[in-house]
Amino acid sequence: MKKDIILCGVGGQGILSIATIIGEAATQADINLKQAEVHGMSQRGGDVQSNLRLSTDTIYSDLIPLGGADLIISMEPMEALRYLPYLAQDGVVVTSNQPFVNIPDYPEADKLAEAYSKLPHVVELDIEQAAHEAGNARSSNMVLLGMAAPYINIIGVDQLRQAISTVFARKGEAVVEANLKAFDAGVAIGQKQ
Amino acid sequence: MNKCLLLGDEAVALGAIHAGLSGVYAYPGTPSTEITEYIQGNKLARERGIHSRWCTNEKTAMEAALGMSYAGRRALVCMKHVGMNVCADAFVNSAITGVGGGLVVLAADDPSMHSSQNEQDSRFYGKFAMIPILEPSNQQEAYDMTRYAFDLSEQLRVPVLLRIVTRLAHSRAAVEVGEAREMNALNPSTDQWVLLPGIARRKYISLINKQVDMKHAAEQSAFNRCGQKKSRLGIIACGIAYNYVMENKADDTDVLKLSQYPLPEDMVFDFALAHDCLLVAEDGQPFVEELVKRLVGSSYLVFGRLTGQLPRTGELTPDCLRPFFTDGQIDTSKTDVKANEASPFAVPDIVAPRPPQLCKGCGHRDVYAALNQVLADYPDHRVFGDIGCYTLGALPPFKALSSCVDMGASITMAKGAADAGLYPAVAIIGDSTFTHSGMTGLLDAVNDKSNITVVISDNLTTGMTGGQDSAGTSKYEAICTALGVEPEHVRVVVPLPKNMPEITRILREEIEYNGVSVIIPRRECIQTAARHAREKKK
Repeated sequence: MKKDIILCGVGGQGILSIATIIGEAATQADINLKQAEVHGMSQRGGDVQSNLRLSTDTIYSDLIPLGGADLIISMEPMEALRYLPYLAQDGVVVTSNQPFVNIPDYPEADKLAEAYSKLPHVVELDIEQAAHEAGNARSSNMVLLGMAAPYINIIGVDQLRQAISTVFARKGEAVVEANLKAFDAGVAIGQKQ
Repeated sequence: MNKCLLLGDEAVALGAIHAGLSGVYAYPGTPSTEITEYIQGNKLARERGIHSRWCTNEKTAMEAALGMSYAGRRALVCMKHVGMNVCADAFVNSAITGVGGGLVVLAADDPSMHSSQNEQDSRFYGKFAMIPILEPSNQQEAYDMTRYAFDLSEQLRVPVLLRIVTRLAHSRAAVEVGEAREMNALNPSTDQWVLLPGIARRKYISLINKQVDMKHAAEQSAFNRCGQKKSRLGIIACGIAYNYVMENKADDTDVLKLSQYPLPEDMVFDFALAHDCLLVAEDGQPFVEELVKRLVGSSYLVFGRLTGQLPRTGELTPDCLRPFFTDGQIDTSKTDVKANEASPFAVPDIVAPRPPQLCKGCGHRDVYAALNQVLADYPDHRVFGDIGCYTLGALPPFKALSSCVDMGASITMAKGAADAGLYPAVAIIGDSTFTHSGMTGLLDAVNDKSNITVVISDNLTTGMTGGQDSAGTSKYEAICTALGVEPEHVRVVVPLPKNMPEITRILREEIEYNGVSVIIPRRECIQTAARHAREKKK
């Protein structure tokens, strides 16, 4: 069994925290993992992505082949589209639907909606709003992870919760609780869609 | 056995610590930076007092490491690939002096130029210096090979080049780690290290004589191995390219995995004899492909980057190798890799590029705003740029730069252009880049009384690579005046929007001055400022 995931967004949106948590959960579950990420120049407000590969078999390549990703998890709607050539035929896109506009030629809302209408499996949400309602606007990335959790089924939802507790433990109990709450909200929303 | 989740860079770092390292010497550079940072933060490294402070540039790093090796201890030098150009003098000669304690030089290559100006392949440097090269394919090998590299260096009495690529450096996987070896005791070399011509000639012959042992080590290496499968095609998979071959489930194709050089010619020749043709898969430039072609002769078919079956530039991916397995047979006429055929979905046309940008509130932004405002009055002006975050000043909205070539070239190119009669010739360089390679160029300009204006945009850190200490912090005015810049033409400003009238006035005055002037806009990088504020709160 394998699960190939592309995590993407704009530099500074917290996609590497999502990768860290999935990585921690995979390690605890004794599942093989490779996670390639982008450092350096791209972090400055540019597009960022991470290839995350989970498998019960040996993983060779650090990169996901074209057409091989089971899941694209994106903090930004246009960024998810950038990696579509990597999405498998029956792959799922889980994304924030709130544009991050820091370029002059960002596409119009209806054009974006049209592109999404052509994709078979999309789970989308205003994750910042959801995080705000869950009590911590800064944990929108955990809402997104919660929404994606049912599709990362090589690792259980409980294992991801445990990993959130472990990863945020050094920041104190309040931070752990806030992130868990955001994650749970995401899971509930993901199940509804 | 203890299992850790490590980046390729971190696996190298931990491998070095566990090999009994006494010092790492490095200048930050993507994708190598995390090696030194890991050692700086490692508990055992701190307990052991392993040297890990950043160096001014790759040449000072290489020489200091050689000094530690001379003293009998194990040393590691880390850099990005272009850093090899900076330290090349010391690197090549270190093969001739030989080593005392194990000396490992790590070069992190950047195929596809994710964060670089070229995609040069450091293995050529290893061959040029005539030393062993190791090229791990995964994080586990990065750890194991680093440990092995120190032993090999001491066994053969030469430095060993460890070559990784971005995709390994910045990818994480579980690594099984072993027990830490003790550090070497202080044991200064009693060999001859004075490379006067008569001695150097003797030592060069000794280096050539060692080639037999280096080749033997590669022929016998556990890191070079081949299968015994019967297939028309044989694939030589070097370093990380092995993963991309195996990703395509190469079950029926014979694969020779190469990770240690000099080229094990006997092994490769036997492999060629067992097959009708070869494909060489390697990340970077066609280093092995050229060597193999020469070995097997022109009548034997060798496919690769030179023949168009693999892309001539850019990093390899699993998709590059796919056509060799889906077709069942090699189509030798195929020179255009159509990896995209595997994609059910395409990128919609509306997706716009999102290039990196200077952070909101960054001081470099104010510097460019001021420069553009003043230089609008000088239509013949040129601004020569340098390497760092501020290279982004070349992009909209500033579009301020005419060049960016290598570390320090802003000052020297401005000088050369001024010598040719260009006016105004402005150089913009960061604080860390200035101490790395800008100071000597400034001395040239002072000695020539060149008519240039140098802007040292000082954000008190090495920003681009994540905020490492900058070697010259608090010393810039002293350095410039000591090099001979007139004190009244060393001007310090604070780059903030509210100071724009003062900054533009000073820029204008110094551009009007016929000689070398230095303007130092100084304000802390907002990323490191935020980090320092967080640390203070704790």
